[in-house]
Amino acid sequence: MSTLESFGEYETAWCPGCGNFKLLEAVKQGLVQAGLEPRQVLFVSGIGQAAKAPHYLNANVFNGLHGRALPVATGAKLANPELIVIAESGDGCIYGEGGNHFLAAVRRNIDITVLVHNNQVYALTKGQASPTSDQGFVTKAQPEGVLEAPFNPVEVAVAMQAGFVARGFVGKPEHLAGLIQQAIAHKGFSLIDVLQNCVSFNKVNTLAWYRDHSYLLPETHDPRDGGAAIKVAREWGDKIPLGIIFRNDRPSFVERASHSVNLAKTAGQVDKTVLNAIMDTYS
Amino acid sequence: MRNGTLNILIGGEAGQGLVTIGQLQSRILVRSGYSILSTQSYMSRIRGGHNSFSIRVGPDGVLAPEEMIDLLVALDSTTVELHRKELSPKGVIIADEQFELTGDHLLEVPYSKLGKRKQMNVAAVGVMNSLLGLEQAVAAQTIDQFFGRKDPKVQEDNRQALEKSLEWAKTIENKTLKLAPVTAREKMLMLSGNECLALGALAAGLKFYSFYPMTPTTGIGQTLAALAKTAGIIVEQGEDEIAALNMALGASFAGAPSMVATSGGGFALMVEAVSLAGMTETPIVIVVGQRPAPATGLPTRTEQADLEFVLHAGHGEFPRAVFAPGTVEDCFFIPGRALALAEKYQSPIFILTDQFVADSYRSVKPFDLKDLTPVRPGADENAITQPYRRYALTESGVSPRLLPGMSKHLVVADSDEHTEDGHLTEDLSARKQMVEKRLRKLEGMRREVIPPEFIGNPDPELLLVCWGSTKGSALEAAGDLRTGGRRMGVLHFTQVWPLVQEQFLGLLEKAGQAVCVESNAQGQFARLIRRETGFEIKRQIHRYDGLPITPEFILRELKESR
Ligand SMILES: Cc1ncc(C[n+]2csc(CCOP(=O)(O)OP(=O)(O)O)c2C)c(N)n1
Ligand SMILES: [Mg+2]
Repeated sequence: MSTLESFGEYETAWCPGCGNFKLLEAVKQGLVQAGLEPRQVLFVSGIGQAAKAPHYLNANVFNGLHGRALPVATGAKLANPELIVIAESGDGCIYGEGGNHFLAAVRRNIDITVLVHNNQVYALTKGQASPTSDQGFVTKAQPEGVLEAPFNPVEVAVAMQAGFVARGFVGKPEHLAGLIQQAIAHKGFSLIDVLQNCVSFNKVNTLAWYRDHSYLLPETHDPRDGGAAIKVAREWGDKIPLGIIFRNDRPSFVERASHSVNLAKTAGQVDKTVLNAIMDTYS
Repeated sequence: MRNGTLNILIGGEAGQGLVTIGQLQSRILVRSGYSILSTQSYMSRIRGGHNSFSIRVGPDGVLAPEEMIDLLVALDSTTVELHRKELSPKGVIIADEQFELTGDHLLEVPYSKLGKRKQMNVAAVGVMNSLLGLEQAVAAQTIDQFFGRKDPKVQEDNRQALEKSLEWAKTIENKTLKLAPVTAREKMLMLSGNECLALGALAAGLKFYSFYPMTPTTGIGQTLAALAKTAGIIVEQGEDEIAALNMALGASFAGAPSMVATSGGGFALMVEAVSLAGMTETPIVIVVGQRPAPATGLPTRTEQADLEFVLHAGHGEFPRAVFAPGTVEDCFFIPGRALALAEKYQSPIFILTDQFVADSYRSVKPFDLKDLTPVRPGADENAITQPYRRYALTESGVSPRLLPGMSKHLVVADSDEHTEDGHLTEDLSARKQMVEKRLRKLEGMRREVIPPEFIGNPDPELLLVCWGSTKGSALEAAGDLRTGGRRMGVLHFTQVWPLVQEQFLGLLEKAGQAVCVESNAQGQFARLIRRETGFEIKRQIHRYDGLPITPEFILRELKESR
């Protein structure tokens, strides 16, 4: 059995008071609750302050390029379906630079968990607008405030019938750990958009702001009711819903494929009889 | 009719079935024991336009395509207008009598009397086979197989069309293009460069392939996709080329020998991930099938103008190797070499092809698969010294690569500069050590370079230097000149990076005159040789109109520029 200690304790490059600390604790807690050992888990991240998170716990890690966590995670899961693959990165990385991969991963319904640290800002590059920044959000790069309408990842994921769509909040770490545990257990694509305060570059959406503007979905919300889910998913501003917003059990990518193999385990093997038969079809 | 061969060109609009006729006829020739080289020239459209399928055939190894046509099979009258001037003195034009053409060389076929409209393909093949003097049983059997035996009615229609066309062909007078007989009829395969790359990779242990469709490499993915289940591999179409390469890197990191293929534009999108492979030291094979650029260029034609691009693609410094198959056989063996090298040196390895070699079909002897050892990813867990460090500093620069979840150790890879255990660092002395460690791998790669092949007179007055797909044309042109009494040599590079000058500089210096032959406008390979060795190949032959370099092209250029 793993414990919180199994996942270690590291020094970080985050600002004191950053929401990432609570998020990291919730991830470890979620993994412990899921009964996973570090060696069973592969974290894939991109680039940003959020994307550094996998360096601060014990697990397998592929820290790739900005925006490209999802295709790497997809490839790793296809190669070795026994790995528990978690893609973890920021809002800019997953929804901005990697937007097309986000849509494709939802469509594939590949069995990975995507954990987005959503601080509504590009923190590592010191405070430019991200796709989830609210309209009017003023930055050095958007001195007149953001003109674009914000991207609502949860609404898009629900509209695309993603397998598991949830929102967490670093101010509710136990709740978040529970979401992570359930997302890992879900067979198929799981998204957890996590509201996370950035103490240095987002002075609008602070920890207090998120606390005041969010609420836990009541027991009466049925995440399998698509109609109800899309309504809840659209909520933003004064009433931001937290919890499992939508889920369904459509078969995952690997379940739909006509053949499944563990490539990592069959690597190094080539059946020469099969190969000779293939070659013969070209005569 | 160069060097004992015949050149057949089938022309028509896209959608008229000329590829069917071309492939069918090619297969019949191969099964009849002949050597072939079939090239396709098509416009980037699905219907209409003018497309052609050429088959050069002879009793012995056909090296290169030819320009002069001996047998022109015209599926529309435009084909005759366009190609009449390329007809050889004894050439024949096979055309539908309904075109009501005039002029010499014509063999007008009453297709409407030989079968239904759908069977025109078969009738054309029948007439061709008669003219060439081929054994009819081979044609009959190949047609049967080619169209499948699913629909007995279609099968019967095909048989009748073949019989009627053969019967009709008996009435042909004064026109024959009989092929020289073959000495022995060995079992041969008919394969395109793309098919060979796919099969060669499979044979070498490829397990994961991702791609985004782009001419001229789409055929590799389609060949592999059709075989995925049988061969137990995974083939996935990415949402774009960026995804294709990142996905393959994820799969490779997790333990699947992986490959991607694209063309110049798609490769441009992959470039950031090439650098990621270099930094994370993740094995990967990248096939770049060249076509004329910049931008979208001529999507269905050929060129060799991405050498410098592939050599320099990716920010920062890291080792790589670049192969350039010269023949369809090379296309089979190079993927294995590339996969093994990628695994051994944990680096991106490139296979640079072009539309000409990718799409052309050739007859090849069945490959010997006995000695192939599939690539085995990852290091031996038992040889690891504790604690495990993914990027341990070693003399060779190669660190032990374990696979995540496959041992008791944790594997950490990072695109940031990292410590030996894979965690990001901004320690500048660690940075320096890592740069040097990565670059040390190049030393090992240099020791494994495939030396260029020299063919010809030991002391040539003229040395044709070439790389990749231009090999056959250079060899044939050199052969012709040798017959004319000149001392000729050909120096062909199947691996264009790294270059090891000890392997070839002496040959360049000894030759009376060296001429670099390549399909681009600026002489990129000659430039590379000069940069690496200081040797300037002053005389250069360039082709960049989108067509492959032919022996005739080389001979013309040699005559004109001295
Ligand atoms: C291709 C590329 N473009 C831009 C950057 C610069 N960059 C690094 S992180 C980042 C944004 C990070 O924002 P987010 O993903 O929200 O993470 P955060 O820092 O907010 O946690 C950018 C633009 C980069 N590293 N690579
Ligand atoms: Mg952010």
